[in-house]
Amino acid sequence: MYKILKKEVLAPTVSLFDIEAPMVAKSAQAGQFVILRTTDEGERIPLTIADFDREKGTITCVFQEVGKTTTELAKFNIGDSLKDFVGPLGEPSHIENFGRVVVIGGGVGVAPIHPIARALKEAGNEVIGIIGARTGELLFWEDKLRSACTELRVTTDDGSYVRQGFVTDVLKEVIEEKGDIALCIAIGPLPMMRAVCNMTKEYNLKTVVSLNSIMVDGTGMCGCCRVSVGGETKFACVDGPEFDGHLVDFAEMARRSVIYKEQEQVAMDQYHQCTCSCGGGK
Amino acid sequence: MAIIPKKHPMPTQDPIVRAKNFNEVALGYDEETVVAEASRCLQCKKEPCREGCPVEVDIPAFIKLAAERDFAGAIKKLKEKNALPAVCGRVCPQENQCEKYCTVGKKNEPVGIGRIERFCADWELANGVLPQQVAEPTGKKVAIIGSGPSSLTCAADLAKLGHQVTIFEALHVAGGVLMYGIPEFRLPKAVVQAEIQNLKKLGVEIQVNAVVGKFATVDQLMEEGGFDAAFIGTGAGLPYFMNIPGENACGVYSANEFLTRTNLMKAYKFPENDTPIRVGRKVAVLGGGNVAMDAARTALRLGAEESWIVYRRSKNELPARHEEAEHAEEEGVKFAFLTSPTKIHYDDNYWVTGMECLRYELGEPDASGRRSPVPIEGSEFMIDVDIVVVAIGQGPNPLVPRTTKGLECNKRGNIIANLETGATSKPGVYAGGDVVTGAATVILAMGAGRTAANSIHAYLSQK
Repeated sequence: MYKILKKEVLAPTVSLFDIEAPMVAKSAQAGQFVILRTTDEGERIPLTIADFDREKGTITCVFQEVGKTTTELAKFNIGDSLKDFVGPLGEPSHIENFGRVVVIGGGVGVAPIHPIARALKEAGNEVIGIIGARTGELLFWEDKLRSACTELRVTTDDGSYVRQGFVTDVLKEVIEEKGDIALCIAIGPLPMMRAVCNMTKEYNLKTVVSLNSIMVDGTGMCGCCRVSVGGETKFACVDGPEFDGHLVDFAEMARRSVIYKEQEQVAMDQYHQCTCSCGGGK
Repeated sequence: MAIIPKKHPMPTQDPIVRAKNFNEVALGYDEETVVAEASRCLQCKKEPCREGCPVEVDIPAFIKLAAERDFAGAIKKLKEKNALPAVCGRVCPQENQCEKYCTVGKKNEPVGIGRIERFCADWELANGVLPQQVAEPTGKKVAIIGSGPSSLTCAADLAKLGHQVTIFEALHVAGGVLMYGIPEFRLPKAVVQAEIQNLKKLGVEIQVNAVVGKFATVDQLMEEGGFDAAFIGTGAGLPYFMNIPGENACGVYSANEFLTRTNLMKAYKFPENDTPIRVGRKVAVLGGGNVAMDAARTALRLGAEESWIVYRRSKNELPARHEEAEHAEEEGVKFAFLTSPTKIHYDDNYWVTGMECLRYELGEPDASGRRSPVPIEGSEFMIDVDIVVVAIGQGPNPLVPRTTKGLECNKRGNIIANLETGATSKPGVYAGGDVVTGAATVILAMGAGRTAANSIHAYLSQK
């Protein structure tokens, strides 16, 4: 169960897995997420679904090594199995023919924006894609996004690939060039999504963001992922993960996302110590 | 022979020692004590204790066998009616059930029925489980959604009747609230898993990591999955919050989260186990039920210097079992009665720094018959805390009700089911436990699971 059938290193510290999970693949839709555990002692971490293949019964996950669990996960190889894998969780993206839409993927956010772009295009939208990364070598799936979108624009923060600029710089150009845009969907690091929302607010452009809050069960049971949206408390796991970005309290979200920063460091230190001294860490 | 007036005391870990570990508090009787306690039973003709048992255990019969040291016979008798005796012997509120009606209890302390039950169940777990009889396969398939006490009971009953039962559990282990909610020190997780292994021996299949309403709906299970009937026992998993300012600050937990991190994810073993938890210097737990007691006692074990129960009524109205509140107090949990928070204060990093409260006094009795708490004007004061755990109750998780066509729910989101049969508004679909009644006890949920199993069996026999 939950065997890794394919592994790709997409960029330094960014990996892709195709995971055997037919039950999840059968009903997965763009915008939803899974929760996985690496080992019996592992924590439950949410990852947004990057792709799914109903026939093969696989789910594609893309993740960046940011803490102990993701670092450990990156060491798994083809043929290894995850301890647990559950989904699809959360509400799917709302897909309809809006007209012209902009989808933005920043960093690893490029992965989950892909099935959304594809679904929007299939629904008849003109999909303008914007993808960006800190630097050229961190950028991936340009080809996949190019075919999922009607038009794709690429940018890097440091200008090492294609052009220099944040995704918001490109977004501004797109808005001014194209005029009427019905909807913007942005997935990426919190500061990026926040910056996108600040900009689209000025243009009164409805913007959806996907929140990757800290979660435990992912089914609405613990409330760890709560976030204020338009002054109301919502659970990202069951009410989201997508919300109206103009209503999200990003400041609260940012502060809640670092609740376990100290413990993450402890876990990481211990993990490195273990992998160095005994050579036994997975 | 004169009756021994008091129950044989339950040996427990010393409060000072146990407040720092997660080992079980109550250590259980030894063989001599259990025989002596079982011998206190009068074997009276009226058997009033049986009326107090929601799963109709033949109490005098199993106690007689225990008194005769026939523990194999005693556990067999128990298991005719109770699929989870090791659990019930530990967490049932016997004082409000079987023991409340005990004839011995009229003039003296009642027979310690729960303690004898626990001994018999533990005896079986230690000495090897006796095979149970399973009827010939009927060829009928039943889907059980959730794996808490109501589901486990329903599954066991149906499996024994020869039906093919599959349990779908959302989390990565079966057991529901017995695994994520009730702490290790009250109900060791190894005991729960041993009981679940027994169910598997009856032929019950358990699919973990399976969120019904997400990977498949109840309708899909029945139409495409070939299930002839379904039982929904998804419990009360939705945490309620106070809706006061500052409640989303870092350091405010729902009791569900606090307990799930600790029990299910074993955060008390961090960093060997990966799931972290923040335990402050001073923890305030809001609420006065068993869950609140569990959270406050857990906080002490996780290393909090002070752990407070903040409850808006007085000690007399505490909804928790008397024994639980007493254990908490012995361990050093402090109580702030007639107190309720109005606002949570936090620092620049959004971490809790304190809790603004109002003092209350008791007014006229309310609908529940308890004197209702009335805030005292101008009584605002601050409590210095850095962690707040909200344990004011849970509602039904909406995932299954929301995705099941034609399933009627009440205003609070509970599934409407006939309490006599467990039948819902949807043919072939039954429900029981907290998702129907709202948060209650393990044994009431088990009783509902039993009721539904009987109805499902009748339904399948006609089909």
